[in-house]
Amino acid sequence: MAYTVTRPKLTLAERAYFPAILTGLRITLGHFLKILSGKKKVTMQYPEEKWDQQLPAHYRGAPTLVKDEHGHERCVACQLCEFICPPRAITIRPGEIPGESRWRKVEKFPKEFEIDMIRCIYCGLCEEVCPEQAIFLRKDYAITGFSREEMVYDKQKLYELGGVMTGLIDKWNEKK
Amino acid sequence: MMDPLFTIGISLAKTVGLLFLVILPMVSYTVYAERRVSAMIQDRVGPNRVGIPLTLLGFKKDIPFHGLLQPIADAVKLLLKEDFTPAHVNKFYYWLAPVCAMAPSIMALAVIPFGSTFLGQPMVVADLDIGVLWVFAVSSLGVYGIVLAGWSSNSKYPFLGGIRSSSQMISYELSLGLSVIPIFLICRTLNLSGIVQYQIEHGWLISPIWIKGISFHGIDFQVLLGSFDLWKMLLWIPLFISFVVFVVSMFAETNRLPFDLPESETELVGGYHTEYSSMKFALFFLGEYAAMIVGSAVIVTLFFGAWHVPFLPTTISEPFSFWGIVLGLIHITAFFAKVAALLFFFIWVRWTLPRFRYDQLMRLGWYFFIEIALVNVFIVAIILAFMPK
Repeated sequence: MAYTVTRPKLTLAERAYFPAILTGLRITLGHFLKILSGKKKVTMQYPEEKWDQQLPAHYRGAPTLVKDEHGHERCVACQLCEFICPPRAITIRPGEIPGESRWRKVEKFPKEFEIDMIRCIYCGLCEEVCPEQAIFLRKDYAITGFSREEMVYDKQKLYELGGVMTGLIDKWNEKK
Repeated sequence: MMDPLFTIGISLAKTVGLLFLVILPMVSYTVYAERRVSAMIQDRVGPNRVGIPLTLLGFKKDIPFHGLLQPIADAVKLLLKEDFTPAHVNKFYYWLAPVCAMAPSIMALAVIPFGSTFLGQPMVVADLDIGVLWVFAVSSLGVYGIVLAGWSSNSKYPFLGGIRSSSQMISYELSLGLSVIPIFLICRTLNLSGIVQYQIEHGWLISPIWIKGISFHGIDFQVLLGSFDLWKMLLWIPLFISFVVFVVSMFAETNRLPFDLPESETELVGGYHTEYSSMKFALFFLGEYAAMIVGSAVIVTLFFGAWHVPFLPTTISEPFSFWGIVLGLIHITAFFAKVAALLFFFIWVRWTLPRFRYDQLMRLGWYFFIEIALVNVFIVAIILAFMPK
């Protein structure tokens, strides 16, 4: 059924169109002058000014590997992160810890641990799934490179980015 | 009678100087201003980076200059881009169109008095007695560039843009022409220099009160009181109407928002220049801005007293003295400062108003502006008939 749309009744000033134009011009000029005089600042001039200080605690940047306060690598090469990683960015080659090491009861360690930063989607599932608290998403967001090979971060680089994390649960303590 | 060779040399120098020292830089910096002003209106920053790239020479930092060298970077970019000609276009007209878009607006500049005298020469390239008619005749040729581009591109959106632009320009040319008739009735001349001379003596056509009698030598109260003329204030009403009609028609004539239907990037994908790339596209772009500058220059000449600065002497008695040269430069600067202010207004309006619908555009042109301009002519004629001489 057809029905009639009621049109709004316009006042004479509204129909004359010009007052509305003047109002609009005043608004845009206001914005222009505010930005021009520097009273209002919206844009952050990126490379000079950064947002790093305001990054929230839960910010998900580049995934990295961490060591504990003893300088021991926490990853035990269980490969859970490799399996859960949605874009399959993680590649781990596990190896056996030799008998003379004091950490030999851990049994495994990653011989190679690579994260392809081009594939990584920063979802944080690797951090969530890790039973050893070994992989963490840090606050690095400007991850760039000139070639694809350069963007595959190896174990050494991941440890450099991750650094030392203190206060983690010490599961493989020798006294336990 | 002057030596003809000398005359030719002088007008060549004026043409080249005006075109290459003033208009073309002004065109590129209007583009820059458009980007910066639009950015600031939208609470952004705009191009503020391009400066002198000292880092290329091994220094630590570039000099940004608020991005003032952006036009050079743009020009280099446009020149280096691939100049692609689609297979389906009509080649001859496709190549002709960008030239047609740029040339008419520059030709119209010939008659505009952009300064009083400089080194004893009047600062107008061609002081024609039909000045305004020349401007209208030549600037309306600009539509050929757009129509040819739209037609020769042989694709739908450019074609629609071309059709829109031809009908729009023809419609608004009428009100544009009619709205300046009151000025001719009042000034009794078509010569733009003559109109400027009238404005120097009787006040800018946009201002109702022209304060006379104040000069460096003191205030003459007799003349000052005489400047509040009731008839002139009466005349100001139709002049203001014709100013509004003229400016709005100029917006439509130069395809600026809210009348940018030939382009309308949101609905026609850029309209008539959709199929163009590289420097051919840039010529359309520059032609549009050159048309804007010429439009502003005409408005300034007709309504804002062209190069005239109030309270400054208007005739230069000793053209080669220091003050003669300075005054000549001040007049030229004043003209282009006024043009720049109007250009800012153009940009300001563009980033404030949304585009008209096509039928609204036609309705505004044919139902309102032509009638208003026509009635305005009669009002001025009646006032002039009863005005005491």
